[in-house]
Amino acid sequence: MTRDVTLEVNGDPVTDTVDPRMTLADYLRDVAGLTGTHLGCEHGVCGACTVLLDDRSVRSCLMLAVQAEGHRVTTIEGLVGPDGGLHPVQDAFSRHHALQCGFCTPGFIMTVVEYLAEGGSDDEHEIRERISGNLCRCTGYHNIVLAIQELARQNP
Amino acid sequence: MKPPPFEYRRAEHREEALGLLAEHGDEAKILAGGQSLMPLLAFRLARPAVIVDINRLAGLDELHMEDGALVVGSLTRHRAIEKMGGIAERCPLIADAISHIGHVAIRNRGSVGGSIAHADPAAEWPVIALLLDAQFEVESATSSRTIAGPDMFSGYMQSGIAPDEMLTRLRFQLPSAGAGSAFLEVARRHGDFAMAGAGVVLRISDGRINDARIGLMAAGLTPIRATDAESMLLDQEPADEVFEMAARAVDPAIAPLDDVHGPADYKRNLAYVLTRRALHLARDRAGVT
Repeated sequence: MTRDVTLEVNGDPVTDTVDPRMTLADYLRDVAGLTGTHLGCEHGVCGACTVLLDDRSVRSCLMLAVQAEGHRVTTIEGLVGPDGGLHPVQDAFSRHHALQCGFCTPGFIMTVVEYLAEGGSDDEHEIRERISGNLCRCTGYHNIVLAIQELARQNP
Repeated sequence: MKPPPFEYRRAEHREEALGLLAEHGDEAKILAGGQSLMPLLAFRLARPAVIVDINRLAGLDELHMEDGALVVGSLTRHRAIEKMGGIAERCPLIADAISHIGHVAIRNRGSVGGSIAHADPAAEWPVIALLLDAQFEVESATSSRTIAGPDMFSGYMQSGIAPDEMLTRLRFQLPSAGAGSAFLEVARRHGDFAMAGAGVVLRISDGRINDARIGLMAAGLTPIRATDAESMLLDQEPADEVFEMAARAVDPAIAPLDDVHGPADYKRNLAYVLTRRALHLARDRAGVT
């Protein structure tokens, strides 16, 4: 039995018909066509599928699409600037070589957007604890931390 | 790694949720924060016929202090308590423990009531509940009752909540002002499932310990209070050698299992070390009265 779900994705109101067992992650990728949200483990360990739900980070594989009813979802695609340019967090990741294969990157970026919105500091320990829920197998995290530190220092 | 099919029911008010539980009994599963249930569905370890989503229910997200207790709605998210002003000063045990619950994205979504109902001995809230004499209010369509801390954890991942009941409110009795408390945990990586964890509450008066509580997580089939070790502390001076003796006395109370994360002997040693360190930390935090 399918069910209608109405939500806001990256600022746009949408209504779709989904199977209740469909996760929010699968909905975003397969129904909304927003494949920037990546799926690694599909059971809440790797953090690759992190999106913002009403501005708070959540793992989109640990939520049903039908549960997003009435909520605002922001994905990596929603960070694009009005001119189509990179978001400051994306730009910092790029300049600091904070990614290699890029699979984990959308999840990291969404985690960092929330961290900066909360006024997160440039303290290395605090940053490492905050990104501990996102796994990266390429970078060793070092340049990710450097990118976040720079962003935190510039954070108004 | 996709959930199996189920009938999804989004309860709009409490009576509707309780009615669905009464109708479907153990065929139904409550979906609160979903941070444990969703992985269970993905692994097909749970195959409920009906999912009752309670996230829309009003009044289940309360959070306040009342008569020396922390009163928490069953749907209150971990992160709300983490951000609650004054909690780290009033009861550092709770603040210490919450920092070990997964990661921020998990704590944004996961609920306190869900953690208790899931009754995982390696989770933080169940052992906090034992240490803080928690009372749990549960409701069914026809009745309501209060479950006391120890009765909530009847077996491995088995709560005292009946299939037609829903946990609605949790009451944690905070240690009296001046008591010290601490919680320490070791996991393979920060936020992973615990290999061992120890929580302690200490109250010291006139140079003697007059209240001592020691709780262990990931140390057996349920969360554990090490009551023999606790009684060794009572009326003693809060001295290093007393803590050493009490921390050693935790061992007979626990039964950790060998698993992929480590052998049982290693976890026993962790339980001893973490208990000893938590006692020291709680002593440092305790006001002298």
